[in-house]
Amino acid sequence: MKSLLARGSELASSKEQLKILTEVSEKLALPSFSDKLKEVGLYPMLPTGVNILQVNLGKLCNQTCRHCHVDAGPDRKEIMNKETMQECLVALATPGVNTLDITGGAPEMNPNFRWFVEEASKLGKKIMIRCNLTILLAGEKYKDLPEFFAKHRLEVVSSLPYFQKRRTDSQRGEGVFDRSIEALRKLNSIGYGVPGSGLVLNLVYNPVGAFLTGGQSTLENDFKKELKQAHGVQFNSLFAITNMPISRFLESLLESGNIDAYLEKLVTSFNPVAATSVMCRNTLSVGWDGSLFDCDFNQMLDMRIEGKAGKISEFNKSVLDSREILLHQHCYGCTAGSGSSCGGSIA
Amino acid sequence: MAQETTYYKPEDLKKFGNIGEFGPDLAKKFFDYYGAVFADGALSAKEKSLIALAVSHVVQCPYCIDAYTTDTLEKGATEEQMWEAIHVGAAIRGGASLVHSVQALNKVKELGV
Ligand code: SF4
Ligand code: SF4
Repeated sequence: MKSLLARGSELASSKEQLKILTEVSEKLALPSFSDKLKEVGLYPMLPTGVNILQVNLGKLCNQTCRHCHVDAGPDRKEIMNKETMQECLVALATPGVNTLDITGGAPEMNPNFRWFVEEASKLGKKIMIRCNLTILLAGEKYKDLPEFFAKHRLEVVSSLPYFQKRRTDSQRGEGVFDRSIEALRKLNSIGYGVPGSGLVLNLVYNPVGAFLTGGQSTLENDFKKELKQAHGVQFNSLFAITNMPISRFLESLLESGNIDAYLEKLVTSFNPVAATSVMCRNTLSVGWDGSLFDCDFNQMLDMRIEGKAGKISEFNKSVLDSREILLHQHCYGCTAGSGSSCGGSIA
Repeated sequence: MAQETTYYKPEDLKKFGNIGEFGPDLAKKFFDYYGAVFADGALSAKEKSLIALAVSHVVQCPYCIDAYTTDTLEKGATEEQMWEAIHVGAAIRGGASLVHSVQALNKVKELGV
């Protein structure tokens, strides 16, 4: 499978995606997300403060998962350069910014990835890496990544959409499950996910299809039991994350005829408690070219933060802390049911 | 599903909440009870959802089948668990028919064939 961009799909355009979300919402008479927030007294959405800097090192990836909101893949060449990374490090050094959350694509494929981690770890902040697991088996270049992660005490967050092969492979590609298990064993073998090691390995669960997720803690128990029994694999926590109706997941919703029902389900499952804790309130997202966004989803929809300090080179915490977060219909994905964020359920 | 030629319409499932229009008090009692039944308890919400999936096949309610197929998926059930649950329902249903054949047996004997 190729990215939407490489296939020349109309959906590669963020404008087209937003148009579809608007049209479906109008057709089904769904309230706008902003109106919904007004109803519960949460509008405008304001940050609690930038504590987490989520840096997207690029769209290059060794996988092409069907639900990817980044439209990442081997055919995508956009990656962050060293100068922009340097600017990210300056921002990271700001007091109050406590965590660096590195994402992609497969961020490890960026040639300056290791340099970036080394420099960031000198700042003494918490560092998280969103690692797709299979990259750890993608050749000599990546073989020692587990040791590299451990050396810098990176918290590893890895997608494993299901504890069985069929669903995982149908979402992330043929053979991904087996390779992910092998990668998890490698991480376990150096202490990741092993109680008492201090090396944290968290997994991400995504529903494989047009349904939401219920019961993160039950799922975590099932994952722990199944992975341990069938594969001898262990991990710390499971984050259940809702699929966003954008990019390649939007494509699959349109193809399967599930778009109306899915969007309606997100809206009818709106949970005001989740809306108070959405991740854009304490996270700032940096695009591969240094542009700033309220979150990774707004980034993929090209919804740049408005006003001053729109580039990481102009990072100004107090200006950003008092900005207004940009919203659209995809935001219902963060506030449905138990809520969804990069750290899993929020309500 | 050929919506025009059947009494069952998938979109009617969403209207389930409206059944209280002409009798809100009893509907409220039912939905409160329903909510309590499916909450985590001695059985987990997931186990209850699998039971509901089995029963929905036994009572052959298409609304319930849709609802609890989705619900069991949402709760992270495997396809194997879902189908085993459905077979449990089917086995009870089949067994319930067959056990009545004892009555037929008795009758056959009574009539002295
Ligand atoms: S979901 Fe992650 S691993 Fe899959 S294609 Fe997108 S960035 Fe790559
Ligand atoms: S999609 Fe982004 S901006 Fe919208 S609520 Fe979620 S985190 Fe916030």
